Amino acid sequence: MDDENAISASGLVKTFGETRALDGLDLSVRSGEVHGFLGPNGAGKSTLLRVLLGLIRKDSGEVRLLGGDPWRDAVALHRRLAYVPGDVTLWPSLTGGEVIDLLGRMRGGLDKGRRAELLERFELDPSKKARAYSKGNRQKVALVAALASDAELLLLDEPTSGLDPLMEAVFRGCVEEERSSGRTVLLSSHILSEVEALCDRVTIIRDGRAVESGTLADLRHLTRTSIAAELNREPVELAELPGVHDLRVEGRRVRCQVDAAGLDGLLAHLTPFGVRSLISQPPTLEDLFLRHYETGQQDARPPRQAGLAR
Amino acid sequence: MKAFARAFAGTWALVRLILRRDRIVLPLWVLPLALLPVAIANTMQDLYPTGAERQSYIDIVTSTPTFLALYGHAFGHSLGAITAWRLGGTVLFVGLASLLTIIRHTRAEEEAGRRELLGATVVGRQASLFAALLVTFGADVALGAIAAATLVAYGLPVAGSVAFGLAWAVFGWAFAAVAAAVAQATEGARAARGISIAILGLCLVLRMVGDVGREEGPFWISWLTPFGWIQRIHLYGDQRWWIFVLFAGVVAVFFASALALSARRDLGSGLLPTRPGRAAAVGWLRGPLGLAWRLQRGSLLAWTFGFAALGAILGGIAEGGVEVIRDNPKLEVVVQRLGGSSGIADTYFAAIMGLLGLIASGYAIGAALRLRGEETSGRVEPLLASPVSRWRWAASHLAFALLGPAVLLGATGIAAGLAYGLSTGAVGDDLPRVLAQAMVQLPAVWVLVGVSTALFGLLPRLAAPVGWAVLAACVLLEEFGRPLQLSKRVLDLSPFAHVPKLPGDDVFAAPLVWLALISAVLVAAGLLGLRRRDVL
Repeated sequence: MDDENAISASGLVKTFGETRALDGLDLSVRSGEVHGFLGPNGAGKSTLLRVLLGLIRKDSGEVRLLGGDPWRDAVALHRRLAYVPGDVTLWPSLTGGEVIDLLGRMRGGLDKGRRAELLERFELDPSKKARAYSKGNRQKVALVAALASDAELLLLDEPTSGLDPLMEAVFRGCVEEERSSGRTVLLSSHILSEVEALCDRVTIIRDGRAVESGTLADLRHLTRTSIAAELNREPVELAELPGVHDLRVEGRRVRCQVDAAGLDGLLAHLTPFGVRSLISQPPTLEDLFLRHYETGQQDARPPRQAGLAR
Repeated sequence: MKAFARAFAGTWALVRLILRRDRIVLPLWVLPLALLPVAIANTMQDLYPTGAERQSYIDIVTSTPTFLALYGHAFGHSLGAITAWRLGGTVLFVGLASLLTIIRHTRAEEEAGRRELLGATVVGRQASLFAALLVTFGADVALGAIAAATLVAYGLPVAGSVAFGLAWAVFGWAFAAVAAAVAQATEGARAARGISIAILGLCLVLRMVGDVGREEGPFWISWLTPFGWIQRIHLYGDQRWWIFVLFAGVVAVFFASALALSARRDLGSGLLPTRPGRAAAVGWLRGPLGLAWRLQRGSLLAWTFGFAALGAILGGIAEGGVEVIRDNPKLEVVVQRLGGSSGIADTYFAAIMGLLGLIASGYAIGAALRLRGEETSGRVEPLLASPVSRWRWAASHLAFALLGPAVLLGATGIAAGLAYGLSTGAVGDDLPRVLAQAMVQLPAVWVLVGVSTALFGLLPRLAAPVGWAVLAACVLLEEFGRPLQLSKRVLDLSPFAHVPKLPGDDVFAAPLVWLALISAVLVAAGLLGLRRRDVL
């Protein structure tokens, strides 16, 4: 286990009856990075966060959080982290302001100035009773409580799923500030643009297993670029090129997908035919994600229940 | 007519939904309550087979304040009449089950947000309220019909049995309608439940005050409550059917006001507009205990007030009841057998405090099960994600479950002791005696808290259903164990069976220590289980 890692897990398994919510999951989050944690509904994102919080106990595998055992050292570790649940439920008779103060004090005090500033930025009325808050406003309560603390690690479980686009922008600004102040953030999400904009490194999980992990550049390398070209002459022998997929040739027009490794070869092959226009689209995280998602659906394994994500 | 049909559209679909969700819970209260009357009739037949025996039994018991308070006055001494008399307090549970069913399917659904999901489908504004009332009314009718049919089958007169079944059914209707109206007024299901139960309890207390007071005292007060009306039907006597008009009136008034309120108000709102609260937390709201106090103080204060009032009333009426029996020369033998007038008072307070101990257990189990409620709602997540250990969190709510009943019993004991002492003129003597009778219930209450806590730690899914079922079983054993002629071994399963009857019980400290020890072991088991298990 590396000391530089805020979180490291290997071969993590957690089962609920028949369901394997985590099925040999590996994850490493370095100190000071914003780490994106991507996966479809029911992939095991919330289960992992609960294991990290010591709310549920792993069945097997290794897991370290801030250098400690999340189950055994839960209380001590929780002094150093803040958490925003995916589905924020609050005490209906307490106001948002009371909840923020309560959670902040339980974590060892919160910065009053920062609290006021965040309330203003998120446009949250702290005197409303929690039962009157919408989903987005409940989420803001949890976000303000977490961001106003001086925790070194933030665990955020789909924190923007109830926020409007304006508030999402505010949230992104806040995460940028957290990064520059050196805090570690684990951001579980399925909003790809958010992860693309914010995260240094990304882990994609499916069916309780990490299927990809690395920087966005690393991951892009693993995937395909779409190419659309118009040539002077009709091309030949394109299909035989290594790494070319989904090839469609209509006269002098060519459309295809190409692996990162085959890009150079494809361009070299096209040039002799006279390139009049060339559109190259770099792979988006969405392509990457969908590729794993789609292959998942083609798998013979039975469809998984999404019941574990709450 | 069209607007009317629109408001109730979708009612049948909702009725089916409620029946689907309550397919286990409904039979669980309907059947035992429906079969209890015939079981009691059978016991009464065994114990007092002749009219003369029944007459002398009734003469004696209805002259003691204890029985007047618990079961009320008897009108007649036929087998049917004394069965109906003995069940005079039991009908409380029909009312309780009915009002809980209503709130579970109206305000609780609304608070959980599920009503909104259904409201977006083709469902009229009144449909969910109407569906809940239909199901509850139907369950009450089924209960009454089974009770009447089994009583007739046992050989009791048909008219009396029909009146009995009908009386129980309309009693359930009355409190269903009350709960339906209350559920429109509050924002939270918890408050709706509390207010409805308080109304039911107040009706019972008014009946007790009137009945213990007799003709010489404020007997007319019994006429104010549905409990008193049932007595005054004179079941298995002259059957005064017109009294059902009173029930019809109550049902109509509350049913109409429930519908009127629900037609006017917004989804999710109550009668009072929500006021903004504090923008920042007060200083003491800084940990699990502060939070538990913030969440539980309202209910603790309300319960304490209720218990103090109950104690003052029940203590205040005791001397009047004792006086009557003391002054009646025909009952001299009875008085002596019960240990003189102080013995009668002690028996009375032992019975009353036993009852209050069971009610305090209701508070205590509710307070302990807050733990489970906080867990299933997900509200525990942010707490346990902060540097708070599971034990510290559990302790914050258990403090209320363990110390809360001490406060309640203390309040009721002091109030009852003061009220009784002032009426006899011997406060210094009576207050400690009555207070002690209240406080000895505490270890038995703790055992029930222990059961709920152990379940919460070890078998969390069963905590709420089994926790409450154990209380129901204790009520059954305490109130009906003897009349149902259950064996001592079965009776001893209830912790309340081991509470010493003060004063004069030789074995005094030992059972209390044992009960306290058992509850400590149960709580410890629950806490150990909690530390080891997954929190959802």
